[in-house]
Amino acid sequence: MEAYLNLFVKSIFIENMIFAYFLGMCSYLAVSKTVKTAVGLGLAVIFVLAITVPINFLLDTYLLRPGALSWMGADYASLDLSFLSFIMFIAVIASMVQLVEMVVEKFAPALYGALGIFLPLIAVNCAILGGSLFMQQKDFSGVAESAVYGFGSGIGWLLAILAIAAIREKISYSNVPAPLRGLGITFIITGLMALGFMSFMGIKL
Amino acid sequence: MEENKKTTEIKPTVLFVNKEREPLFSKKNRKLLSDPMDDNNPITVQVLGICSALAITVQLKPAIVMSISVMAVMAASNVIISLLRDLIPNRIRIIVQLVVVASMVILVDQVLRAYAYDVSKELSIFIGLIITNCIVMGRLEAFALGNGVWKSFLDGIGNAAGYGFILILVAFFRELLGSGKLFGFQVIPDAIYSLGYVNNGLMLLSPMALITVGIIIWIQRSRNRTLIEKN
Repeated sequence: MEAYLNLFVKSIFIENMIFAYFLGMCSYLAVSKTVKTAVGLGLAVIFVLAITVPINFLLDTYLLRPGALSWMGADYASLDLSFLSFIMFIAVIASMVQLVEMVVEKFAPALYGALGIFLPLIAVNCAILGGSLFMQQKDFSGVAESAVYGFGSGIGWLLAILAIAAIREKISYSNVPAPLRGLGITFIITGLMALGFMSFMGIKL
Repeated sequence: MEENKKTTEIKPTVLFVNKEREPLFSKKNRKLLSDPMDDNNPITVQVLGICSALAITVQLKPAIVMSISVMAVMAASNVIISLLRDLIPNRIRIIVQLVVVASMVILVDQVLRAYAYDVSKELSIFIGLIITNCIVMGRLEAFALGNGVWKSFLDGIGNAAGYGFILILVAFFRELLGSGKLFGFQVIPDAIYSLGYVNNGLMLLSPMALITVGIIIWIQRSRNRTLIEKN
């Protein structure tokens, strides 16, 4: 239990997708103009990350890794399909996004109304593919661990986009130098926030 | 019967519409190459492909390898999508694009692993992330789906060059100020260090990449006032 909690906190604060690895910056910059849309996209990211990371973990363990095919018999034990992982992961992500979109539309129309336009965008959000690729590097021991990691990274992403959206809403009332307005000041604020997040480094639970 | 014959007769005339041949490097085509360097830069104006731009700019070498990889992937996938553009059904175009880009990225990744293993290790997951690099998808959606092969090729090269330009600029300042080196060779002489100059370790940390890009945007928009945003 303690290990899961440790991983969870680590994936939210210390290895924050945006502030430590800059993953998902494009949508982070494009959709953070108001808090409301930011929350919608953040929730969708949590949702998709928490689903795709464990699925890709299973794929990696039983299909792609060197020796992963040994369950099919001794002949297959020497195969290494890991060069296929990019295309497999992105296919899983794209189809999962499509599936999640349909399920949400059918069973939770209100949520669909809120997330609607953001769901298809998520297929090309680097944070999602990044989550799966980091999972591959981290050698998790089980599905539960990878699910916790995916969920935690999603929450970290939501936290980051929520914070910048709130700041951008406020900053529209201040007198920013004209050439810095919009994109420039957002970059610099994100940099300062990332400096702040670096203070979490080294924390161990 | 007769009607049928008529339509078959008309068809060939449509195929041979008098089309004026455009020179390979006409003014319009040159603009496709030069625009992304400044007025329509993918990073500072279109806000595409930020993720990888920031994470791998600690040193010049990985930044250059990354820009070349992106250029190869963009040119190839732009050409392929532009060839297929009339065959792809609109509803599944995202998945088709992802598959094409992913296969290109796998090629680049395997080549790097074979010939430049150190750099490939350093870039780690960021080569894979070219797949979801918005710059590739963005240009496929915005340009290759609606334009001819040669134009799409130029657009891919031009945008990748604009992207690489910012990447190399950021990496240059981060490596120079952060570790006093360029391409791993020391360029700041020892005499200056003995006078009390110290490398700015902060430049090596990730937050400074964001701030450096912010400053580049500031300088670019002060020079080019048409790019200033309303609020």
